[in-house]
Amino acid sequence: MLQGFQRIGETFFDPQIIAGVLPELLRVGLPNTLLLAVIATMIGLALGLVIAAGLLAKQAGLRFGCRVYVDLLRGLPHILTVYLIGQGLPLAGLSIFGANTYAYAAFAIGLIESAYMAEIFRAGFQGVERGQVEAARTLGMTRFQTMIEIILPQGIRRVLPPLTGQFILIIKGTALVYLLGLTAAQRDIFSIAQDNSVNNANLSALTAAGLLYLALTVPLTHAVNAWERRMQRGSRPTPKAVA
Amino acid sequence: MLPVPTPSEKAKPDMGVRFENVSKSFGPVDVLKNVSAHMPSGMTTCIIGPSGSGKSTLLRCTNLLERPEQGRIFIEDAEITAPGVNIDALRVRVGMVFQHFHLFAHLSVIENVALALRKVRQMPKEAAEAKAAEHIAAIGLKGFENRRPAELSGGQQQRVAIARALAMEPKVMLFDEATSALDPELVKGVLGIMRELALGGMTMLVVTHEMRFAREVAGQVIFMDQGKIVETGPPAQLFDAPQTPRLRHFLDQVL
Repeated sequence: MLQGFQRIGETFFDPQIIAGVLPELLRVGLPNTLLLAVIATMIGLALGLVIAAGLLAKQAGLRFGCRVYVDLLRGLPHILTVYLIGQGLPLAGLSIFGANTYAYAAFAIGLIESAYMAEIFRAGFQGVERGQVEAARTLGMTRFQTMIEIILPQGIRRVLPPLTGQFILIIKGTALVYLLGLTAAQRDIFSIAQDNSVNNANLSALTAAGLLYLALTVPLTHAVNAWERRMQRGSRPTPKAVA
Repeated sequence: MLPVPTPSEKAKPDMGVRFENVSKSFGPVDVLKNVSAHMPSGMTTCIIGPSGSGKSTLLRCTNLLERPEQGRIFIEDAEITAPGVNIDALRVRVGMVFQHFHLFAHLSVIENVALALRKVRQMPKEAAEAKAAEHIAAIGLKGFENRRPAELSGGQQQRVAIARALAMEPKVMLFDEATSALDPELVKGVLGIMRELALGGMTMLVVTHEMRFAREVAGQVIFMDQGKIVETGPPAQLFDAPQTPRLRHFLDQVL
């Protein structure tokens, strides 16, 4: 019994290994993880907005195409998509990022995220009261003006909390870049921990990585929750006042 | 019924709004069945009838929020149902007030009124807001310019919605059950503004359940039932001497 605990302690919580890997995790892994998450988020936001517009388009063909895109990328295991894009593009002769696996990884994760973000945008924009759109059109505003002046400003407010939630998922999702193989300086939190645990035949580095991920995601999660609560209060319809 | 317009009749000032054999269906439901009507300019036409009779659809066709499958609709000198008509330009001439106000929730009162002035009329911000402030004062909400719609009562919101439409200086105003969603004590203020507008000579199409308003303000009343116009005439005739059993039955229910 006691031996079992001891073995667990040695395997997952070796203080020497944790202390040894932590500087590299913080110095190399953390910036790379955050950079990957930010790049993937930017790709996801930009593409997601376009796809969302397609999902809401009047043309049935365009809607269908965007729906297929979203369903594919959300329906496939992320690991598969990262492989298909990260290894597939160069194999197919589309070496758009040269031999830079980091860029392929960011691109692949960005594509995956664009599908999720498109759904977030779509829901947010559809939630804007249909009557306000009609009112704007009635005043002579074009579809585009209505989009910019009415739907976007109200939609953005609605989508900010879920988008931040998605960012948390992206931070964790960046661990998938490990699959594509990275140079020492490009490694993210998970890659460094994984390499270390293989070299030492000990999982404590992964525990250290886990703690680091938690330090990033838990505060963000609570911030989003608080934010959502505040938004809900703010958008609650005010009780009917007397004229 | 008016004859089909010839080019020589263009720009006659008293043409108002005309429907010629307009039909509209939603899927299998025929909402408007071959409707023809004339709503003269400078006059208030009240459209009454049971719910589902097609009143609101008739109104929504007038600015092409719904597109009729058949028939033609004219506003003053222009056929709005003609192919290739610039809908946005047309809508500037037709103001609309909705049952549920539909103020822009993220904008203040003055921004609600000024937005289309800036974006559609392309007025500079200061001029647009000055003009918006005049219209807000005219509907009795001076001092409320910077409130959000959610901070106003239903009656106040509807008055802002009227100001928002009027600021565009429309030729025709459409009111789609503008007081139906209001608490009873707030109805009077909104009807008062509509009455003032009617007396000022605005061409108005008013879908309403307020029979007293129709009787006192309308120059013409249209009674619709099951997608058809059943009776048309001055209010005294429709309310005091209904010609059809359907109108008599309807009036029995609502009066």
